[in-house]
Amino acid sequence: MAEQKAPQPRPEDSAISVNMVSLWYGSFRALFDVNLEVKAGSITALIGPSGCGKSTLLRSVNRINERLGSYVRTTGSIRVHGHDVLADDVELAQLRRQVGMVFQRPNPLPLSIRDNVLFAHRIHRAGERVTRIEEDELLETALRQVLLWDEVKDRLNGPATGLSLEAQQKLCIARLLPVKPKVILMDEPTSALDPEATDALEGLLWELKGEYTILIVTHNMAQARRASEETAFMLLGKMVEHRPTQELFLTPHEQETADYIEGRYG
Amino acid sequence: MPADSGSIAKVDLDHRGRSWYVDKAVGGLVFVGGVSAIVFVMGIFVFISREGFGFVFGTLDIGEFLTSIEWRPTSENNPRYGALALIAGTAAVTGLAMLVAVPFSLGAAIFIAEFATGRTREGLKVLVELLAAIPSVVWGFIGLSIMSPLIIDTFDQPVGVGVLNSGVILGLMAAPIMTTIAEDALKAVPDSYREAAEAMGATRWQVVWQVVLPAGRNGLVAALLLGVGRGFGETMAVLMASGHAINIPTSPFDSVRALTATIAAELGDAPRGSEHYQALFTLGIFLFVITFLINLAADFAVRRGAPRG
Ligand SMILES: Nc1ncnc2c1ncn2[C@@H]1O[C@H](COP(=O)(O)OP(=O)(O)OP(=O)(O)O)[C@@H](O)[C@H]1O
Ligand SMILES: [Mg+2]
Repeated sequence: MAEQKAPQPRPEDSAISVNMVSLWYGSFRALFDVNLEVKAGSITALIGPSGCGKSTLLRSVNRINERLGSYVRTTGSIRVHGHDVLADDVELAQLRRQVGMVFQRPNPLPLSIRDNVLFAHRIHRAGERVTRIEEDELLETALRQVLLWDEVKDRLNGPATGLSLEAQQKLCIARLLPVKPKVILMDEPTSALDPEATDALEGLLWELKGEYTILIVTHNMAQARRASEETAFMLLGKMVEHRPTQELFLTPHEQETADYIEGRYG
Repeated sequence: MPADSGSIAKVDLDHRGRSWYVDKAVGGLVFVGGVSAIVFVMGIFVFISREGFGFVFGTLDIGEFLTSIEWRPTSENNPRYGALALIAGTAAVTGLAMLVAVPFSLGAAIFIAEFATGRTREGLKVLVELLAAIPSVVWGFIGLSIMSPLIIDTFDQPVGVGVLNSGVILGLMAAPIMTTIAEDALKAVPDSYREAAEAMGATRWQVVWQVVLPAGRNGLVAALLLGVGRGFGETMAVLMASGHAINIPTSPFDSVRALTATIAAELGDAPRGSEHYQALFTLGIFLFVITFLINLAADFAVRRGAPRG
């Protein structure tokens, strides 16, 4: 495994701190002792060829991997702002409130736009009374933050599934915001979008950064260069190199990284 | 096969291979099967209409048919053909049956589709299919020999057959098929919805209540309607467990008589072509129209629930 030279953030600045994580799907090992420190408030891109384990790593952080049942086995530790999220006593609902996720295909729920944005908030407010006016405020704030308000403000009660893909993906980000997550995980969030929508979404990442820590998986190296501050490169289940984006692309330390960014893996 | 083996690529367009004939024959069979199904349904409709409609447009007073509770078809000097009590009987039994069947089938469908895994799930599905295959006369038998004494003992009633008995029996009977359809409806809800909701921190139950059930709503309505259709059309079990007394029920222990059971019990004794005979066919038309409308509504619900695009 490669040394991670590069300006390592001190762990206390890390929003996500992945330590010697290995993961098996049944008997197939998908991750090999992966380490990764994601700086709080930054955008970190996760790149690598298809099947190298990017999604697997990302889906371990909010433990959505566990939907597959005991078929998935994880070892090592993952900390989010210091809390060990793999511990047995972690409440998944709380973890996922703090760590939101955006998927490859926009997946708004088959509810109204309004109910989509308020879904997580309603789940997490446990009996607390929230007035309609407060809900309206949360709704407007979230939709404004993802630059969707003007487009949808006249049809908040219309079905979310009727929106364009770009708007759907923005909505999928907006619905995370009312519960104020610390971290947002994004798994190739623009792969279903056209170039213009991709631009718009990348712009949005810069707006959200700072308030939220963003870890984004991308297949698209141009996107990693444009839209991230740090980049981590994975290959065959291993973390190869993790450095500030410009450095990684201009002067990669590892031969594998160089090969990949020159397009020598498919 | 091509006669000249000189060019392999040459295709013989003049001679048809065996598979062509097989293809045509099977195609023809399927066509005949499909058409005959339609022909049979039309034929049945024409038949019952011919037997019943003459009466409808002739001597039957449709107002009396729908509003009178007097069903005295065999009376010598004053026969009456009021179907209201029969309609009420069928409605009461079907209504109670749905009260029983909906929680059972919905619960079972949710468990099978959303919670059970592996062998439990497969085992339950087989069990549900087995239950669906129990003949209705067996259910009627259960109603008479198990439910009836149970009702007499538990509720201190003089008789054990009636709305309660036949409603529960019919509910248990309709539950398996409703479970199967409801489970299909839940399974048709894309997994990405569940994943999205779980990733926001929803528990499995929250996912079911807030996402899966609303998303599968139309399919669930279809399951309910097919259950109602089943209830309306069921004959044997109701005949055995309802008490078969003409009555507008006012308590769950009252005996009632269902439309279907009336036809089944009386048609053998009604002289062909007599008023009584025609009145029974009118009941048949009524049932036919109602179940047809219910199925149509179920179909409509399923269609509306189908994913767009
Ligand atoms: N449910 C699963 N069961 C078995 N193997 C799996 C499962 N999910 C992923 N894998 C395997 O784990 C490895 C890593 O998969 P993963 O989806 O994390 O890759 P990825 O880097 O996200 O690829 P892509 O760029 O194509 O999305 C792959 O070899 C994949 O085949
Ligand atoms: Mg992936």
